[in-house]
Amino acid sequence: MILGIDVGGTHTDSVLMQNGKILRKSKVMTDKSDLLKSVMNATQAVTTPEDIKQLRRIVLSTTMTTNAVAQHQLDPVGLIVMSGPGVAHGELPLHDQAKFVKGYMNHRGVEAEGVDEDEILALKQEFAKQGVKHFGVVGKFSTRSPAHEKAVQALLDDHAGHVTMGHQLSGELSFPRRISTAYLNEAVWRLHSQMADQLQSYLKQLGTAVPLYILKADGGTIDVEASRHYPVQTILSGPAATIMGVLPYVPTSHDSVSIDVGGTTTDIALFADGAPLLEPKGVQIEEHKTLIRGLLTHSIAIGGDSHVRVENGQLLIGPERKGSAMAFDGPVPTPTDAMIVLGLANIGNKEKAIAAIESVARDFGKTTEETAQAIMDLACETIAAKVRSMIAEVNAKPVYTIHEMLEGKVLGPSDAIVVGGPAPYMAAQIGKLLKMNPIVPGDSDVINASGAAMARTTVELTLMADTEERLMSVAEEGVLTDIPRGFTMDDLIEIGREKLENVARIAGAPEEDIEIEVADSQSFNVIRGTATTGKNFRVRLQIKPGLSKQAGKHAAN
Amino acid sequence: MKKKTGLVFFPAFDYAISPTHPEREERLLYTQDQVNEEGLLDFDNIFEFKPDLCTPEDINRVHFCVPGIDELVHASHLISVGGTLTAADKVMTKEVDNAFALVRPCGHHSMRVVHGTRGFCTLNMEAIMVEYIREKYGESHGIKKIAIVDTDCHHGDGSQDIFWHDPNTLFISMHQDGRTLYPGSGFPDELGGPNAFGTTINLPMPPNTCEEGFLYVLDEIVMPILADFKPDLIINSAGQDNHYSDPITNMKFTAHGYAVLNDRLKPDIAVLEGGYSIESALPYINTGIILAMAGRDYSQIREPDYDAEDQIQDPRITDYLKRLKEVTFNHWENREALRSQVYPDQSFHTRENSIYYDTAGIRESQVETVRTCSDCGGAVTIESRNESRPKRPIFAVQIPRFCCDACRDWAEEQYAAADKYTYEQVFLQDKDNDLYLEK
Repeated sequence: MILGIDVGGTHTDSVLMQNGKILRKSKVMTDKSDLLKSVMNATQAVTTPEDIKQLRRIVLSTTMTTNAVAQHQLDPVGLIVMSGPGVAHGELPLHDQAKFVKGYMNHRGVEAEGVDEDEILALKQEFAKQGVKHFGVVGKFSTRSPAHEKAVQALLDDHAGHVTMGHQLSGELSFPRRISTAYLNEAVWRLHSQMADQLQSYLKQLGTAVPLYILKADGGTIDVEASRHYPVQTILSGPAATIMGVLPYVPTSHDSVSIDVGGTTTDIALFADGAPLLEPKGVQIEEHKTLIRGLLTHSIAIGGDSHVRVENGQLLIGPERKGSAMAFDGPVPTPTDAMIVLGLANIGNKEKAIAAIESVARDFGKTTEETAQAIMDLACETIAAKVRSMIAEVNAKPVYTIHEMLEGKVLGPSDAIVVGGPAPYMAAQIGKLLKMNPIVPGDSDVINASGAAMARTTVELTLMADTEERLMSVAEEGVLTDIPRGFTMDDLIEIGREKLENVARIAGAPEEDIEIEVADSQSFNVIRGTATTGKNFRVRLQIKPGLSKQAGKHAAN
Repeated sequence: MKKKTGLVFFPAFDYAISPTHPEREERLLYTQDQVNEEGLLDFDNIFEFKPDLCTPEDINRVHFCVPGIDELVHASHLISVGGTLTAADKVMTKEVDNAFALVRPCGHHSMRVVHGTRGFCTLNMEAIMVEYIREKYGESHGIKKIAIVDTDCHHGDGSQDIFWHDPNTLFISMHQDGRTLYPGSGFPDELGGPNAFGTTINLPMPPNTCEEGFLYVLDEIVMPILADFKPDLIINSAGQDNHYSDPITNMKFTAHGYAVLNDRLKPDIAVLEGGYSIESALPYINTGIILAMAGRDYSQIREPDYDAEDQIQDPRITDYLKRLKEVTFNHWENREALRSQVYPDQSFHTRENSIYYDTAGIRESQVETVRTCSDCGGAVTIESRNESRPKRPIFAVQIPRFCCDACRDWAEEQYAAADKYTYEQVFLQDKDNDLYLEK
């Protein structure tokens, strides 16, 4: 059995699952002042003490860190940045609070300018005076050589605070995003640690030592203890929970799209042969562009409760939500009212829904029935258009080899998985517009909780080897190691595989979920004069987002 | 001022002329690393676009491929040229204010007739783009006069050949003196054909010219001539091999200097040409050019091994460049009078060209004839022989854009009269009607 809990702003949902089926589900109110209580209530709502003994895992999805960022409830961070020449400091994120210091690496990870110890020690004193306890240390190209970040960390290190080094968070290149990511990691550090402590006492109270995971933005899980080092990865895990909840219904033999129609917005995600697409660089939260791996979602401000009205003879839906549908005593007409009028949805007060659409019909100059159909058509067409443009955008993404240019994959979804309140009423029409097969999963009211419950642990590793320098590096671990003569790409992949298996175990992956794939591998010659003096290998390994084997069988296959 | 800048980036990580050739897979690898690490694509005014493939029609507006496109052109060329056309489209449709095609392989040594690859180039990207713009947007967008400023270290002899008779294209090449570098041409007295005299301008600079010298030539010669010519569009044929670290040239230009150059020149479209210091120069130069075109702060662009003392220019170079300015303005201001001295009054002018294809190892000999014309650029015929092949020559007839009736009649007669016993292949390129015929 597995337990999935989604702590939202209003409700906390929970599901108890076995063999891919939901045994019990519940929705309780979230107590914002007491996470522990909310989680405990949600747990007790679906489990008996006997169930607890049979649990194999608990997975939690929470918007706590996300909300902290959105509401600017962030701790002060001492941000030390080694930029070197390049983009001007004033163009970098957080430049008004960063301390720019000496030292930088070039693109091959060779030191171009050293760190000035006295400068760092002086800064340390300044921070101590201000009472700053959290530090972000970020260098340009630190993923190629973390030596400077490590040197600064060593100088700052004492028991009074905590330091995040940029290279630990991602192996991807992007200095500005590395700055933002390291900053956020420290800014939510204390909050996340408190949550981890609370979750430990939750487990104690339950009287179980079952593995407890937290959902990340990429739809993967991480053991709650391991997550203490990377709190930033749990930011924006909300949309990921939904996508993971949809995943059992996504066919693995071809491409699909998922459409989550909410009250105010509709979120769209894409799947290539069953695997959800990731943001190319990382997710953005508020103004912060980060290197946090996350699932690709596009949103459009239209939903079941969007404000419907006529302006200058034109029917308009959204972008605002003024309240619930008039059938549920809301203030203004909505697409939900139209669906009730059309007899698609048998919910709420039908008379009030008819009155709502009649008021629109008067301005629109059509019958109530025709107006309801027009609202429905416009809502579906608007969503379908957004899906089409998202697919086009993904297919227009630049590629960098002739092979990909001429023979690269073109995404062509043939199934549309529609979830959310209005899903059952809209799926057929959206499917028809997109020429896709519509699928409406059951239990979509608790899809975030079931998504969290079923998600597997994800990890990644970025490796590079330079056979001329006879060195290999693991970006996220910040280590440089010697390699022997005759070192090959296969050797690098093999070493990476072993390392990543360990990383996965530490992150809490059960053995059966450790399926490592090569996400990317490139080999280049290193040339001096006119002679090939070595090879430059670049490899990215990952366990990609997917369903844990512990979750049981796949519904679509 | 901030500008919307388009970037068409195609590093062709799976293409090389040969494994250790300067034009090889990883040429733009470190540039891509730098662009990614600097986060340039996250700026709200910089947009990346996927290149389109160019078509045979695009190529046939400029080149005569012998024996044909299929035998000479690789997929990489179709993408790199296609990338420049994408950049042009984005600018012409105003999706962006300017664009940089950061593509490879390069193109500015490719001439009208193409028997193979020379100077690492097969198709002339800028020329194909110019004719594409004129064909697709010329009338609707009022684009007639175009200036190409070639800032590659090597003389842009291919572009010069293609626009030699075109009075509506101002071709300016800034390069290392041809007596010291491939292709050995590009002297100040190469000024264009009888119908386009003066719209070819060559600015050879001595080896070791520094940032100071480059910017002097730009500010004192290039910019005033551009202001006088008033082009509808400016293209930078943006080679990056003037850099002090380039392995196959001898100049001392800097990454910061390239940024300043593009900031002042303000090209509508920049296209990457040469530049083979792939680790020490290209990452910094390209970052600088992108920032400058986007109107961003590039003041902190500097190579790790930049040496301020090495940038002190030999005063003899400074003196030489001052004389170059005098000579150039003498030519530019007196081009009408000089024309009659160089090209005596006669109906046709013929020249013989011997062209060496270093990359392909081919020697081509050409006899080119242009009809003297005061109403248009003049119709041209070219008889061309690939000396390394025991075959008959080919015969190419070119009808220019904005062609007058007299030139058209003459050109069509030439095409009709050329027979297949004398020539292996006979071509007609009619730019006005966007037509390419072969018999």
